[in-house]
Amino acid sequence: MRVEQRYRLIYKPLVWLGALLPLALLLGRGFGLAGGSLGADPAEEILRTCGKTALNLLLLTLAVTPLRRLLQAPQLLRLRRLLGLFAFFYAVLHLLAYAVLELQFDWPVLGEDIVKRPYITLGFVAVLLLAALAATSTQRAMRRLGRRWQRLHWAIYPAALLGVWHFWWQVKADIRQPALYAAILTALLGWRLWWKRRAALTSTSGSSTTPGRT
Amino acid sequence: MNRRAPATISPSEITPEAVFHDRRRILAALGATAIAVAGPSASSQAPAASTGRPPRSPPRYTRNTRWSSTEPPTAYEHVTSYNNFYEFGLDKPDPKANAQRFRTDPWSVEIGGEAELSGRFALEDLLAPHALEERIYRLRCVEAWSMVVPWLGLPLGDLLRRFKPTSKAKYVEFTTLLDPKQMPGQRARVLDWPYVEGLRIDEAMHPLALLVVGVYGQWLPNQNGAPLRLIVPWKYGFKSIKSIVRIRFTEKQPQTSWSRSAPDEYGFYANVNPAVHHPRWSQAKERRIGTGLLATRSDTLPFNGYAAEVASLYRGMDLRRHF
Repeated sequence: MRVEQRYRLIYKPLVWLGALLPLALLLGRGFGLAGGSLGADPAEEILRTCGKTALNLLLLTLAVTPLRRLLQAPQLLRLRRLLGLFAFFYAVLHLLAYAVLELQFDWPVLGEDIVKRPYITLGFVAVLLLAALAATSTQRAMRRLGRRWQRLHWAIYPAALLGVWHFWWQVKADIRQPALYAAILTALLGWRLWWKRRAALTSTSGSSTTPGRT
Repeated sequence: MNRRAPATISPSEITPEAVFHDRRRILAALGATAIAVAGPSASSQAPAASTGRPPRSPPRYTRNTRWSSTEPPTAYEHVTSYNNFYEFGLDKPDPKANAQRFRTDPWSVEIGGEAELSGRFALEDLLAPHALEERIYRLRCVEAWSMVVPWLGLPLGDLLRRFKPTSKAKYVEFTTLLDPKQMPGQRARVLDWPYVEGLRIDEAMHPLALLVVGVYGQWLPNQNGAPLRLIVPWKYGFKSIKSIVRIRFTEKQPQTSWSRSAPDEYGFYANVNPAVHHPRWSQAKERRIGTGLLATRSDTLPFNGYAAEVASLYRGMDLRRHF
């Protein structure tokens, strides 16, 4: 099988399955399948699961580029858009769960929360950034925006930072989990700085090595 | 909502006759004598517990309807599996999973500070003079969820008065057991262990303040703060400290765990107040646990619906400042 076929027939369907699994599990528990349940506070459980899955997928999206280099598998790029779109999908579910299950369409309260509660402001801005990226994720948008597309899509970095910050800010006392997310995000961003520096050094030394080769 | 007029009679006056004849009352009489005879100094040498005791019989109690909510109680399953008890883990199901082997017998409580009597007492001696009553209280967590729980306990003030607090006793400080071997949550410094809570003396003496030993007609499950916990229904749940090993009368306001951890978010008073929001979320509404995914949020009431009984305690105080 050619690379393209492998991605179309195997890897992409696997990403779909993996990315939809958290939602399927949530629904299964919600409908009481296999003795599952969403526990005593189902709204909170849905909210937390969607939020964490969005962050997981966002970090996974950011891991694509480093993994391409480390594994010397440039084709991995083909999965990045899908992962990013699923991250956005769960971020929207998270926001909807908040508006519908927590606030029950109490729009004035939602507006007040977004303006007055900094951690909700952060999360909301992150979703807006992701929405802009999702809306410009098509081939057509890429062609139309040209060089500006790349610059626009750097917005994934602030979106991820805001997402982790949002998580950190809403815990009561135990910061271990958000700290883990922050550490992974720092590693992913740090790797990029290191890579850029290295690339700059090798290019000034006159080497023609492409960043793809090590 | 269920708002009650202030009680004009104290709970002890409405104790039905049946209780008078039961075993607890006999124990009560014995216990009272024991404390009276032993006095302050000798009682501190009292053994913490005897050994080889038969398994505890189920608690005897009477229903106190006067102080009870008429709202439907939250299911036993939820009350005993959705817990904030950080000593046994941070997620709601953790305490049930991690507290099963927690040893609550023998248990003793040290009582001291600004009081004429003090010492360390075996729990059964401490409880002996008191009749247990069931009270169905609303419970409002600072995290904006709530329950309705049928607790078994005794008025805190009734027990405190036995120790004859002096005029210097302005506050009461409560401390949870410190035992990282048994309480895995204490191995992480999420809070400054042991957990400490406190009340102003008039709050502690209020007839609504309950020392709790049981729930749903049974002794407290470990995850609910066995064997002895506080319930202060007009305050956020974190004030209602669990697994108490020390009670001290103090002149100064106790340094409580959450207010030390985040003083801008958790005050000493922590009265339920829909008008004063937590810095990070609104306190105007609450989710009633167990009412389903799409159940409507209910409005949070001032003092959790107990304003008629307790609001006078805070007359003249700025509740925005003393949150």
